[in-house]
Amino acid sequence: MSTHFKIEGLKAAIEGKEILKGINIEIKGGEIHAIMGPNGTGKSTLASAIMGHPKYEVTSGTALLNGEDVLEMEVDERARAGMFLAMQYPSEIAGVTNSDFLRSAINARREEGSEISLIKFIRQMEGKMKELEMNPEFAHRYLNEGFSGGEKKRNEILQMMMLDPKIVILDEIDSGLDIDALRIVADGVNSMRSEDRGFLIITHYQRLLNYITPDYVHVMMQGRIVKSGGPELAQRLEAEGYDWVKEELGIVDETVGQA
Amino acid sequence: MTHMSTQLSTPVSRQTVESLSQNKQEPAWLTELRAEAADQSETLEWPKPEKVRIDRWNLGALGVYKAQKQASLAELPEEVQAIVPEDASGNLLVQRNSGAVYRQLSDELTAKGVIFTDLETAARDHADLVQQYLFTAIPKDEDKLTATHAALWNGGVFIYVPKNIEVEIPLQAILFQDDAEASFAPHILLVADQFSKVTYVDYVVSGAEGKSAPAVHHSAAEVIVKAGAKVTFATVHHLADNVIDLSLRRAVVDNDASIEWIIGDLHDGNLLSDTKSVLNGNGSTSDAKVISIGTHSQNMSITTQAVHWGRSSDSQMVTRAVMRDQASAIINGITKIEKGATKANGEQTERVLMLSPKARGDANPILLIDEDDVTAGHAASVGQVNAEQIYYLMSRGISRAEAERLIIYGFLAPVVSDIPLEAVRNQLNRLIEGKLGS
Ligand SMILES: Nc1ncnc2c1ncn2[C@@H]1O[C@H](COP(=O)(O)OP(=O)(O)OP(=O)(O)O)[C@@H](O)[C@H]1O
Ligand SMILES: [Mg+2]
Repeated sequence: MSTHFKIEGLKAAIEGKEILKGINIEIKGGEIHAIMGPNGTGKSTLASAIMGHPKYEVTSGTALLNGEDVLEMEVDERARAGMFLAMQYPSEIAGVTNSDFLRSAINARREEGSEISLIKFIRQMEGKMKELEMNPEFAHRYLNEGFSGGEKKRNEILQMMMLDPKIVILDEIDSGLDIDALRIVADGVNSMRSEDRGFLIITHYQRLLNYITPDYVHVMMQGRIVKSGGPELAQRLEAEGYDWVKEELGIVDETVGQA
Repeated sequence: MTHMSTQLSTPVSRQTVESLSQNKQEPAWLTELRAEAADQSETLEWPKPEKVRIDRWNLGALGVYKAQKQASLAELPEEVQAIVPEDASGNLLVQRNSGAVYRQLSDELTAKGVIFTDLETAARDHADLVQQYLFTAIPKDEDKLTATHAALWNGGVFIYVPKNIEVEIPLQAILFQDDAEASFAPHILLVADQFSKVTYVDYVVSGAEGKSAPAVHHSAAEVIVKAGAKVTFATVHHLADNVIDLSLRRAVVDNDASIEWIIGDLHDGNLLSDTKSVLNGNGSTSDAKVISIGTHSQNMSITTQAVHWGRSSDSQMVTRAVMRDQASAIINGITKIEKGATKANGEQTERVLMLSPKARGDANPILLIDEDDVTAGHAASVGQVNAEQIYYLMSRGISRAEAERLIIYGFLAPVVSDIPLEAVRNQLNRLIEGKLGS
């Protein structure tokens, strides 16, 4: 069955403040959706609410992945169902090596007794790291500990490639990347494009979308998607900024949840 | 009946230790040392570790001396056989309750003049050496604990490594308790002569039979590190919860000599663990790594100390503890730099990871510095498992339980993975697994 992901009427609050005010997006396998929008308008909140961050309380709505509401699931179940979020600020975990972590994540998707063999795992990991031009020593480093901003982003993409998710959410995967790294990461994403996989890419910059051409572009303000279009919408935002959108829609303060 | 209560408050007396020592045909100087210590134990006070009232523990459950029969390895209980190190290569000593039951040293090391036997035997066969060093690192009249120990110690370990001799293979001991009524009080004396090198590893464990009544593991270790010598001392404790583990360790380190402590306090009962390096020598160094896991309602006092007298002496201390259930640990790190110890450097870190709201963990870093021209640093933290980290791991499909496990192991890993002895690392990992899985 090809992937189908549908968010409907999603509202979410943090510490009692409503941030998401009813989000609707439909992503089919093979599609790439981009979400743009000024700072503090709820983009990361959307990503976190979909993944199940404990601080965000979903107050209404559904997010159906092939008919099953992931919002009803524990975080780990969402991941095993096929959700993946490359985080804007990935955690650092001392003492847990990148490879031990990734192997646990892969084995979590397998039955007890049919764990991935160490050799096969290492071969896979080394292969993907090579594609991402990561130094092999990163396999033995503690998870994200002391990684530079760009190294963390590359490590998120490595995880995406190893875990083979159905719906990939990338939250500012391009921030902190130098020009070469941007191309490498974009190549990694493009290599993962398939009819079974949908992407939701949160970004501020057209430069990422030059490499990864989206099918749809959505603009988020005030915790809502206020405008949608094709790739040309992103180009116009890059050229002109957000003022024209605000003017068109009569929005004065685009942020959400500020006192 | 009044007689009995006096026995409890003063568990050792001159008469009892004297007659026991004579029965065991110990040399007269040792009988006298014990008798004097017994007198001192009556008047001295218990030590007062920070925030832990050990005087309220059942320290009177000292048991009685029971002579032990010699045994072959095959005759020893299964629990002992399970930890007999594969790499012992014939250098192994086993104490069961009150005395040594097995001792073995390779011909090669014997020929080089290395001594590795139980301390009781050494006191008879190598009286000059033993008498010269015994209770010099830990004065027997320091407090009621040391005096009591000096009066009643049994079995024990004696190691002497002659000048310039490097012992490549670790000398290992298993100190085993499986009779709660028997006294269990090993004293370890290790003397590394100038420019020698040695690694000593012991495992302090209980057997299934040792859990019937309150008991005390009453132990002390003295390590004399002569100029240019290098000693690694690794000790892994996992006694049953009916046993109070009292373990004092002290190294005296001469010029350009070094001591490395590796301590796994994975005991299940109350614990007083105090490890101190006295850096007398110029250029002497000490490195202490301690890991601990507290479970159920155990109370622990874990202290590491370094006292710097020597110029350019260096001390490193790292303690990491994981606390579960209602367990409580007071973790002290004391770096003392004396006047004249110029260019000394002391660094210490104590970290506690709390897994339960009812657990308690205190980290007390203390720097006492009487010299200007030194460097010293400390870091301490007490924290819970980080919810953001759990979320991150779970977002990759890892279950909550597995995520917690990864984080806990990750917390201990930087210390465990730094341990240079693979067999010790494996034992520690096995015990950590056991304590966290229960
Ligand atoms: N943990 C939190 N505690 C309090 N407020 C929060 C928290 N997380 C988000 N918010 C608030 O919710 C609003 C939306 O934040 P969000 O991170 O979703 O914005 P964003 O669109 O991703 O912005 P940016 O482009 O800067 O990443 C902001 O006002 C933010 O301060
Ligand atoms: Mg954001």
